[in-house]
Amino acid sequence: MDTIVLLTLTGLGLAALYFLVASGLSLVFGLADVLNFAHGLFLGVGAYATWWAAGNLPGAGADGLGFLVAVAFGVAAGTLVAVLVELVLIRPLYSRTIEQVLVTVGLSLAGVALLQATWGADARPFPRPDWTRQVTSILGANVPNGGLLLIIAAVVVLGALLAFLRWTRYGLVIRAGVENREMVTALGIDVRKAFTLVFAIGGAAAALAGALGGVYFGTVSPGQGGSLLIFAFIVVVIGGMGSVVGSAYAAVAVGLLQQFVNYYGTSGLGDVCVVGLLAVVLLLRPQGIAGKVATA
Amino acid sequence: MTEVKSPEVPAPPAAVPDELTPGPGRWHGLRPFLPLVALAVAAILPYSTLHLPGVFEGPVNSPGTLQLLAICLVFGGLAAGYDLLFGRTGMLSFGHALYFAAGVYGTDILVTRAGLPLWQAAVLTVTGGTILAALLGAVALRTVGIAFAMVTLAFAQVGAILVARDFGGLTGGEEGLPLDVSGLPEGLVGVTNTVNLYWLALAYLAVVVFVVHRVSGSPTGRVLAGLRDDERRIGVLGLDPYRFKLVAFTLAGGLAAAGGVVYVLIVGGASPHITSSELTLSLLVMVVLGGPGTRWGPVLGGILYMYLDHRLIAFGTSDAVDALPAFLSRPLSQPLFVLGTVFILAVYFFPGGLASLAPRLALLRHSLRAPSRPR
Repeated sequence: MDTIVLLTLTGLGLAALYFLVASGLSLVFGLADVLNFAHGLFLGVGAYATWWAAGNLPGAGADGLGFLVAVAFGVAAGTLVAVLVELVLIRPLYSRTIEQVLVTVGLSLAGVALLQATWGADARPFPRPDWTRQVTSILGANVPNGGLLLIIAAVVVLGALLAFLRWTRYGLVIRAGVENREMVTALGIDVRKAFTLVFAIGGAAAALAGALGGVYFGTVSPGQGGSLLIFAFIVVVIGGMGSVVGSAYAAVAVGLLQQFVNYYGTSGLGDVCVVGLLAVVLLLRPQGIAGKVATA
Repeated sequence: MTEVKSPEVPAPPAAVPDELTPGPGRWHGLRPFLPLVALAVAAILPYSTLHLPGVFEGPVNSPGTLQLLAICLVFGGLAAGYDLLFGRTGMLSFGHALYFAAGVYGTDILVTRAGLPLWQAAVLTVTGGTILAALLGAVALRTVGIAFAMVTLAFAQVGAILVARDFGGLTGGEEGLPLDVSGLPEGLVGVTNTVNLYWLALAYLAVVVFVVHRVSGSPTGRVLAGLRDDERRIGVLGLDPYRFKLVAFTLAGGLAAAGGVVYVLIVGGASPHITSSELTLSLLVMVVLGGPGTRWGPVLGGILYMYLDHRLIAFGTSDAVDALPAFLSRPLSQPLFVLGTVFILAVYFFPGGLASLAPRLALLRHSLRAPSRPR
C-alpha cells in the first residue's frame, strides 16, 4: 500500500513538472500556432537565474524567505526572456509557422550552448531549503517534500490560470483567440498583445518549473530543459492543443504511467509506454483529450 | 512507387523560374555536366597531397582529413534525403535521426553481436530501416503539420531511450558499441584504407542525390511538390495525400538507414548521441542553411555544417579566440552557439539559404553594372 501511495505521489510530482512546462506550450500553440522549441530554454533560464540569485543576489538565499526571493527572481528572468523572444524574434514572423519553428529551434540550440558556455556542461548542485530534502509521511509512505512542493505549485498555477482565463478580459480574448483568431482580429482586438501575454505566462510557468525542478532533482544542468520538453510535447498532444485542463489531465496520466511502469517493469519501459499512449490517443482521438478549445 | 496509378496526373508546365535559367555565357553548354565534373574532382581528391593550412589539419590525403571529408559527405547525403521530406514535400519531421540511428545500430549489432557478413547486415538493416519508417510513418501521418512534428519527435525519443537503456544488452548503452572489424572486408578496415571509406561516402552521396533528383522529377515528385504547396487541392484532384506522403517518408527513412550503414563503417562504431533529437535538428539546420527544395543546397548545407561543427572546435580553442574577452570567447568556443546564431540569421535574411546566394549575387552584380534609372 505505501509503495502505491509513494509511486502515486512521486508520479504526481512528475506530472506537476510536465504540466508547468506543457500549459505554457499548449496556450502558445493554441493561440499563436507557434511550436516553441525554445520553451526548454525558458526553463533553463529560470533554473540558472534561481541558482545564481541564491548565491549572489542580496536578500536571496537557499532558505526561507531568501529562497522565495530567489525563485521570484528566476521566474522574472524566465518571463523577461520569453517576452523578449516573442517581441524580437517571433513577432516579425507571424503567420509563417515553419519559419517560427525554425527560429525557436535555432534559439534552443544557441541558448543551451550559451548556458553551457557560461556555466559549464556539468550539473551544478542546486540551492534548496533544508525542509525540501526531508520527507513527509503520508499513509505510511515517506514522500520527498520537493515533490509535494511541485504538486502544490502546479495546482496553484492551474487554479490561477483557469481563474485568469475564466474571469478576466484578457482571458476572454485568449480563449476567443484560440477558438477563432481571425474573428477576434476582425472585431478590432489586437491579438498580438495576447500573444505576448501568453508567451509571458508560458515563460513564467516554465521558469517556475525550472526552479522547482532544480529543487526536486537537486541539480541544474543546461540540457535539463530539452529532455523535459519532449515529454511536455507529448503531454500537449495527448491533452489537446490549446487546452489547459487537457494538459493537466494528460500530465497526470503521463506522470503516473511513467512512474508505475518504470517501477514495476524495467527502468525506461515507462518512457516507452508513454509514447505508446500517445500513439493510441492519436489513433482513437487525433485532436487530443480536449481538442482545440481553451477550456476554463 | 506503385501509388502512381494514373498516368494522366496533370503535369504542371515545366516552367523554370527566371533565376534558374542559365544566362548566356561561355560556360553555358557545360552546365549539365558540372555535377559529373564535381563528382570526378571529388573522386580523385584523395590522390592530391595538397596542404591547406587552416582549412584542414594535414594534407588532403591524410587519413584524418579524409575521414572528416567522408563524414561531411555522408551528412550531405543525409541532408539531401531529409530535404525530400522537408523541402520537397513540406513535412516537418523531427524524428529523422531514428532511421539514421537504425542504420548505424542495426549494422553494428548484426555484425558485432550476430557475426553476420557485412553485405548481409547492410541489406537487412536497410530493409529493416525502410520497414520501420513505413510502419511509424503510417501512424504518424494520421496527424498533420505541427502535431506530426511532435509525434515523430516522440517516436525518435523512444529510439533514443531504447538505445540508452540498453534492453537486452545489445546496444552497449551510454558507452556505445564499437564495430567488430574482424569480419569486415579487408579494404574497409584500418587507417590506411580510409580512402576507400571516403569513396564509399561519395558513392552514397551520389546515389542519394540521384534518387532524390529522379523522384522529384517523376510524376510522384510533382504530386509531392503539390502536397507541399496545397495539400487540399491534391485531395480534390482525387489523389490520396496520405499514400504519397507515406511513400516519401518511407523512401527518406530508407535513404537515412543506408547513410547509417556508411557512417558506422567510417566512424567504426555506434554511440548513443546519434539517436538524439539534436541530430534531427541539425539536419533541419543543414537543409535550411543550404536551401530547402533545391538540388544542391541541402548537400552543400550538410557538408558545410559538419565541416564547421568539427572545425569550430579547433577554432574555439585557437589563440585568436582565447585572446578575446571572456564574454566573447566562451560562447564562440561552443560550435552550437555559432551555428544556432548563424541559423537564426539565415532564417531572417537568407530564406533561400546558400542556394539562393548565387542568383542574389548575380542580381547585385547586374544592378551594379547597369545603374538603375532614377525613380
